[in-house]
Amino acid sequence: MGTFQIDFGTSSKSPRIIGIDLGTTNSLGAYLDATGTPRIIPGADGQMLVPSVVHYPLEGAPVVGYAAIEKLKSDPKRTVYSAKRLMGRALADIEGENLTYAFDAAASTQVIHLAIGVTPPEVGAAVLRTLKQNAEAHLGESVSQAVITVPAYFNDAQRQATKDAGRIAGLEVLRLVNEPTAAALAYGLDKRKQGLIAVYDLGGGTFDISILKLHDGIFEVLATNGDTHLGGDDIDQLLMTVALEDLQSEWGIDLSQNGEAYQSLRQAVIAAKHALSTAPAVYLDFSWLGKDYRRELTRDVFERLIMPIVDRTLGPCRRCLADAGVTVEQIDEVVLVGGSTRIPLVRSAVENLFRSRPHTELNPDEVVALGAAVQAGILAGDVQDTLLLDVTPLSLGLETMGGVVSKLIHRNSTIPASATETFTTAVDGQRNVLIHVVQGERELVKDCRSLARFDLKDIPPMPAGLPKIEVRFLIDANGILNVSAKELRSGQQHSMEVTPSYGLTDEQVEAMILASIEHAEDDFRERQVREARVEADQILAAIEKAKANEAWDALTDEQRAVVNLATNQLLLAYHGEDHELILGKIEELNEATHPLAETMMNTAVQGALKGTKI
Amino acid sequence: MTPDYYGSLDLPPLKLDLVPADLEQRFHAKSRLLHPDRFARASAVEQQAALDASSLLNDAYRTLRDPIRRAEYVLKATGFNIGEQGTKDVPGDLLEEVFEFNMALEDADEDEVAAARQRFVEMRNQIDDRLPKLFAVHDVAPDRAILEELRSLLNRRRYIANLISTASGEGIRH
Repeated sequence: MGTFQIDFGTSSKSPRIIGIDLGTTNSLGAYLDATGTPRIIPGADGQMLVPSVVHYPLEGAPVVGYAAIEKLKSDPKRTVYSAKRLMGRALADIEGENLTYAFDAAASTQVIHLAIGVTPPEVGAAVLRTLKQNAEAHLGESVSQAVITVPAYFNDAQRQATKDAGRIAGLEVLRLVNEPTAAALAYGLDKRKQGLIAVYDLGGGTFDISILKLHDGIFEVLATNGDTHLGGDDIDQLLMTVALEDLQSEWGIDLSQNGEAYQSLRQAVIAAKHALSTAPAVYLDFSWLGKDYRRELTRDVFERLIMPIVDRTLGPCRRCLADAGVTVEQIDEVVLVGGSTRIPLVRSAVENLFRSRPHTELNPDEVVALGAAVQAGILAGDVQDTLLLDVTPLSLGLETMGGVVSKLIHRNSTIPASATETFTTAVDGQRNVLIHVVQGERELVKDCRSLARFDLKDIPPMPAGLPKIEVRFLIDANGILNVSAKELRSGQQHSMEVTPSYGLTDEQVEAMILASIEHAEDDFRERQVREARVEADQILAAIEKAKANEAWDALTDEQRAVVNLATNQLLLAYHGEDHELILGKIEELNEATHPLAETMMNTAVQGALKGTKI
Repeated sequence: MTPDYYGSLDLPPLKLDLVPADLEQRFHAKSRLLHPDRFARASAVEQQAALDASSLLNDAYRTLRDPIRRAEYVLKATGFNIGEQGTKDVPGDLLEEVFEFNMALEDADEDEVAAARQRFVEMRNQIDDRLPKLFAVHDVAPDRAILEELRSLLNRRRYIANLISTASGEGIRH
């Protein structure tokens, strides 16, 4: 299209892979710049964080991020937050969770449906789509591949749900990386040649602890542990309970069922929690229908309140050390990740446990996304000497007689990991064998998480015990289970029907992708504006660069004035919402720069004739 | 039938006496070559091959780095049946000891249970001390008699390990 097409050194490369931290509270994208340094991708508003909040207006496309936070107070029923806590879960799992949006209790038990008609992976997809668009606008190229981080302790269904969210958002998820491992990568602790690292990651909704061994660029995870339902949200809910009770006794009204009041009190509580990380005491201020409420909250009281929550992280830490087969004394460095590690009590608890001062140099909100970008660089082949060897957090087992679990792949096995098991029939002429796969550490099936049921079908009728079907269970590098079956006599693949216990079917994901394309119509205008701005950025940058060229000085004053005028007009249009105006101004600027381009070409040709490079 | 763990790590077949540092170095070097991360943009066929090869490598390292599981793998690969049978029958010389231990459990005599546990741990350590010598002898001249001795030693060890875990917790609580 444009005529100002002198190549200023951008070479065509394989498509870029971005790194994404899809968090409970906030999400971020990052990429590796030309020097191999990971960088956070800012949004159009210049902010690094995209709050993981999605507002679904009655009509039109979902609203994501800070704009959606505004809607939490005014339209709480149609505004979704902390959706990550619902990923890969069933309604029964989230009882007691006080959220201001409602669920559809009548929908299938395999996947949570929100009353407003979306599932958690779709909410995640809305956030991912925003990050994708931010990346495209910032990088000036289309982005379709990503590395997404997940809590290390996420189970198979939660991982699959995250991958589904990526697909719905139009992203090919090349790898799911565990958050603490990503953080270790970001810290560039590979600069240290060897050593043992503990990563303590307390985020908005989840807690992870991982112990890694570094060895010449290899990050080998020895063990991981955690709790996918423990984080800053729990602290918020605790403070909410206290504040609501206090309000009830003071005003005599119960605000817990009032979404608007609840959300505005929740924001006041969160603000107070944040402030207490630096101040010894804060005021919790809340106004409702002309009434004012004010309470002083000291850090001392706050710490006594949250002590049980912080204590809950210590058990997993000790189990992780035991599983890794190392003692506290052997740990060389400790890294803190996640917004909740800003709380002084959390820091001192970690310091006491590991008896060393933790690393906090990198912003705990950004470090995971930065690490995801490093992993993206590894996958793209841009980072050669670094390799992550991660583990599966939970044991994989089969249901056997009496509802007992027989373990196939133990927790903390390096992934990919596999196990094979041979199945046969118990009755003459039996045509099916049903295999129930579970995840967890307990002895009984009922105490583990059901993962899926596999039905080996169409077994040829034979006497009992004669058919031999070998089933291979493989956990891939994303921590997701793949199962294949082989008839041993014939060596042929055996067909089977898979019924995941939780999660969306492929058909459902396809339907959601289609639905999101319809929504995309609504996004289209906004997208056109973004794309026009990307184009404008490119030409503006090119001109800025050209001004340093001697050809710029060779132009007449008048020619230079024309270019400057067209540049200013483009800058004015740039901040408007009219993409056609922006494109028109780009075209005009292109016209205005014809003499400049020509002069530069001539200089280049003359330079070439003289045998000198410009 | 048994996957080739030794081949996966480029080790001489069924060698029992392995050096942990050497094993780790091989594991890291081969991981750099085979890990699926290295094939993220390769064809589907290559990706599947990397997945198969690296899962075999990881399974191999996990098994061979642990002397007990390594020995069990070698026994299995040479046609020995090392099922659970051996753990059920009480080794003859332990009959009296196990009887007393069960009494102590029934009486919930914590001191006696702890003392028994200490004796079991010592027995296990004795076995663990014998293993390397047996491994070395096997590697020089592998023969069936040594493997049979190894099998009965491992059965005994498994039985003792069960006693230790009983003594360490679950037995006392009820």
